[in-house]
Amino acid sequence: MAFEYAPAPESRSVVDIAPSYGLFIDGEFRPAEDGKVFKTVSPSSEEVLSEVAQAGQSDVDAAVRAARKAFEKWSALPGSERAKYLFRIARIIQERSRELAVLESLDNGKPIRESRDADLPLVAAHFFYYAGWADKLGHAGFGADPKPLGVAGQVIPWNFPLLMLAWKIAPALACGNTVVLKPAETTPLSALFFADICRQAGLPKGVVNILTGDGSTGAALVAHPDVNKVAFTGSTEVGKAIARTVAGTGKKLTLELGGKAANIVFEDAPIDQAVEGIVNGIFFNQGHVCCAGSRLLVQESVQDELLEALKRRMSTLRVGDPLDKNTDIGAINSAEQLARIKSLADSGEAEGAQRWAPACELPSTGYWFAPTLFTGVSQAHRIAREEIFGPVLSVLTFRTPAEAVEKANNTPYGLSAGIWTEKGSRILWMADKLRAGVVWANTFNKFDPTSPFGGYKESGFGREGGRHGLEAYLNV
Amino acid sequence: MSESRLGVLKTYKLFVGGKFPRSESGRVYEVTDAKGNWLANAPLASRKDARDAVVAARKAFGGWSGATAYNRGQILYRIAEMLEGRREQFVREVAEGEGLSKSKAAAVVDAAVDRWVWYAGWTDKIGQIAGAANPVAGPYFNLSTTEPTGVVAVLAPQDSSFLGLVSVLAPVIATGNTAVVVTSQKSPLPALSLGEVLATSDLPGGVVNVLSGKAAEIGPHLAAHSDVNAIDLTGADAELATALETAAAENLKRVLRPRDEDWSAEPGTDRLLAFLETKTVWHPIGV
Amino acid sequence: MQTPGPITPAYSPQAAERLASMADVTASDAALRRFLHGLPGVDAVGLEGRAATLGTRSIKTTAKAYAIDLAISMIDLTTLEGADTPGKVRALCAKGVNPDPTDRTTPKVAAICVYPDMVKTAKEALDGSGIHVASVATAFPAGRAALPVKLADTADAVAAGADEIDMVIDRGAFLSGRYMQVFEEIKAVKAACARPDGSAAHLKVIFENGELATYDNIRRVSWLSMLAGADFIKTSTGKVAVNATPPNTLLMLEAVRDFRDATGVQVGVKPAGGIRTTKDAIKYLVMVNETLGEQWLTPDWFRFGASSLLNDLLMQRQKLSTGRYSGPDYVTVD
Repeated sequence: MAFEYAPAPESRSVVDIAPSYGLFIDGEFRPAEDGKVFKTVSPSSEEVLSEVAQAGQSDVDAAVRAARKAFEKWSALPGSERAKYLFRIARIIQERSRELAVLESLDNGKPIRESRDADLPLVAAHFFYYAGWADKLGHAGFGADPKPLGVAGQVIPWNFPLLMLAWKIAPALACGNTVVLKPAETTPLSALFFADICRQAGLPKGVVNILTGDGSTGAALVAHPDVNKVAFTGSTEVGKAIARTVAGTGKKLTLELGGKAANIVFEDAPIDQAVEGIVNGIFFNQGHVCCAGSRLLVQESVQDELLEALKRRMSTLRVGDPLDKNTDIGAINSAEQLARIKSLADSGEAEGAQRWAPACELPSTGYWFAPTLFTGVSQAHRIAREEIFGPVLSVLTFRTPAEAVEKANNTPYGLSAGIWTEKGSRILWMADKLRAGVVWANTFNKFDPTSPFGGYKESGFGREGGRHGLEAYLNV
Repeated sequence: MSESRLGVLKTYKLFVGGKFPRSESGRVYEVTDAKGNWLANAPLASRKDARDAVVAARKAFGGWSGATAYNRGQILYRIAEMLEGRREQFVREVAEGEGLSKSKAAAVVDAAVDRWVWYAGWTDKIGQIAGAANPVAGPYFNLSTTEPTGVVAVLAPQDSSFLGLVSVLAPVIATGNTAVVVTSQKSPLPALSLGEVLATSDLPGGVVNVLSGKAAEIGPHLAAHSDVNAIDLTGADAELATALETAAAENLKRVLRPRDEDWSAEPGTDRLLAFLETKTVWHPIGV
Repeated sequence: MQTPGPITPAYSPQAAERLASMADVTASDAALRRFLHGLPGVDAVGLEGRAATLGTRSIKTTAKAYAIDLAISMIDLTTLEGADTPGKVRALCAKGVNPDPTDRTTPKVAAICVYPDMVKTAKEALDGSGIHVASVATAFPAGRAALPVKLADTADAVAAGADEIDMVIDRGAFLSGRYMQVFEEIKAVKAACARPDGSAAHLKVIFENGELATYDNIRRVSWLSMLAGADFIKTSTGKVAVNATPPNTLLMLEAVRDFRDATGVQVGVKPAGGIRTTKDAIKYLVMVNETLGEQWLTPDWFRFGASSLLNDLLMQRQKLSTGRYSGPDYVTVD
């Protein structure tokens, strides 16, 4: 008999999802003015989880109005009082983290192990960190008494719904802004639960407003004339459109966009840990990560050895039910995204790269894609240039450090990069040369509220996290 | 409550190494309110209590300084949460000990709770303010980071027995130091009760050690102790401060001299920086 | 999983031929040093992270029942005390044969592990049970004795009937870089494991990971020992502060995997010391499962050096079969 892991499902009953949700405006849930709704489904089962309101222009107006009204008092509160609200939120998130983790896995499709061990702890930590800044802004290096901007319009993606919310809302509120946040169309639920957390924390009405909706809602929000600050995380294409929209308005803008990170493995790398780092770099969160290590650059002298070890490791990845505690790779977030991944993977084959995936049985309902590796990829291939945003790794090779740098930088993106070598001076040399906002050495996909995150080039501008993350929400 | 019921009085004890011992000397002294009414008998800590406290603080230093700044912040915030829940008790002790009205004492206790919150937020930020990546003129990575000094002896202010105490203690431990605190001599009870809060706030035993008694008796032993790395002389008068600073020179303790303090004002970063060392790491850059 | 050619057990005669293919790296002190220092490095944070992630696997119901019985069958039930007596050893043997007197379906343990002077007693007590007698040897646990003494210690245990020898390496020699000395010593002890009939006691080589201090050292000594003919590699004596840990055992599992890929020789792994709970034991089995696979999930290739672990496994086993939590009064103290 083999050691087969029995199903170990996390309990769904810890989260109570209502059949429908309104928009959270001025401290209250209300339907969209035109009554429009849309459904959110669980990508692992295609089951409808709930029906949420589709915010239109008049709802955007109402939310921005509420935020504007709340701004006056909120920004005038002593920082130490704003801090205490944010500390409360951090604590309530910690208390409710199991519930939120299950919710996130249901709505997004990510494995419970990740929502439980990565997303939720980071969400709470982010609020905790920025809570501490609220009464220390004068020490942050932006002048003695820096001021908030006003109303922030924030649009976030579906890959880390609650974590991206935290990255947006925590620094905005700490600095004294009020917010109107639009979660992604396919993952609205955790933001709506966050509205309830604001209620429990006693947060004044209108400080946080949540508008569910699709791209048109987001477009209306960022275009709203009474929004002072626009923050967006998502695709480079939409980011460019937003940059055009805000041009000439005086709105402060930060953009966290796509990436095509190189994960560079030298021949003297700690090989077992490099394999783990490659796996974590591209298969974490189904590869739905803007900073994913989607291009593996391996030194030719260790290519065979490394790829053999990588394939062996990929064969042990467990794909399936996101709520099973032993699942490593969950569901692709939407049918649309699955189609995009499939089409890019097909282009890889069509352009002559060799495709490999471990034998793995995929569930019959829901959206799934097996962890996939392409070898024989060249810089010209689409899978080496375009962001796939899925569990697909393109393998390229190099011979010298200079060649590795040249290939790594040969992309319009510049969000992140990875370096694997036991030689410290080479790590620093590479880090120096790489045009990317985050460089991980002998690790990958590490996040911390104290550490600034953000891209070079077409990966966007502005930094989230750390002391640097305050600047985006201060009038400096 | 029936009027005839006799209250149960608390035996105030020291707080050393996470435990609540009586003074090894067996001595106590009478603590009274502003009108001279008896409140309690507080332990009169001896030099041997101070010695034990330094041993406990040293033992706790590795774990506390090695804890993540985030973890330390969580614990300091937990202290605020625990303190808030015992607000009434501290208001009474501060009112009696410092001769304040109930409302003034309440304001003092609230400020003390908020001070823990203030420093809870600093644990993972002070290094970002005080550290630096230095642009040296050569192919070197050069990074300066802050590290805690070690075991810090703290002579707490004599007048502000609670807000003052919290204001000098919290910054010492926020950065990862461990502390041996000598309380206000006249009004030690809030400090001794604080030990009970600290003991239930996930703070590892030995990170804070609280001794009640005379700064003039215990201070010289702490100032001369070779395993104490720094001393905060806030609670010493001018004459004692000079003597202790002189004694502290023997092993080059970092000394924070007494100065005029407004405990109700925003504290700034001085007290955090007073007990931090700066470490600079060089590493070559090259293929 | 990749399938390398035919796998040869380390204790089979063919293993020596396979190892001959690596003779160049053990040809001289310098060659051995170059080889060991050329092994890929180990990033401690990454290794510990991987072990921790594997530790989050949730093993429930049927998988847990399987794992508990497997773990019981892999135990080297151990007593290594100065106060050991024949009576104590006999009691331990009885427990090993029949761990849970209330449930005869409970598997027996793999071996009873004792000091050399207790081998004869254990052998008699276990006669016909199929349970092996493992003896520590080579001046266990410090290993601070002259080589002839260590060899005599080993030969004595083998002569008394030991099926398995748990030797300790000379950590002093290893830490001071005298790799060839450590290598030759293991080879000599392996030779001393031979019986007159041509068979041999299986050799487990104990590293004492806690004294080797770095993961790089543990990877190097794993390769050194396997090249010298170890049948099993074992983490620790249980007598120092740091014994088996998930990361140091994971590292040894990876070394065994790489050694199999390089030579086709299969070597076993035995974590020892500090594994006290079912939860811990299952974490180790998960590591074996996901690093080496099924082929190692047998008492022939994976063991737990433990004493108190058995009772916790028995209590968990009772919980699974009755649905009620058990208590220490319902397992035997031997």
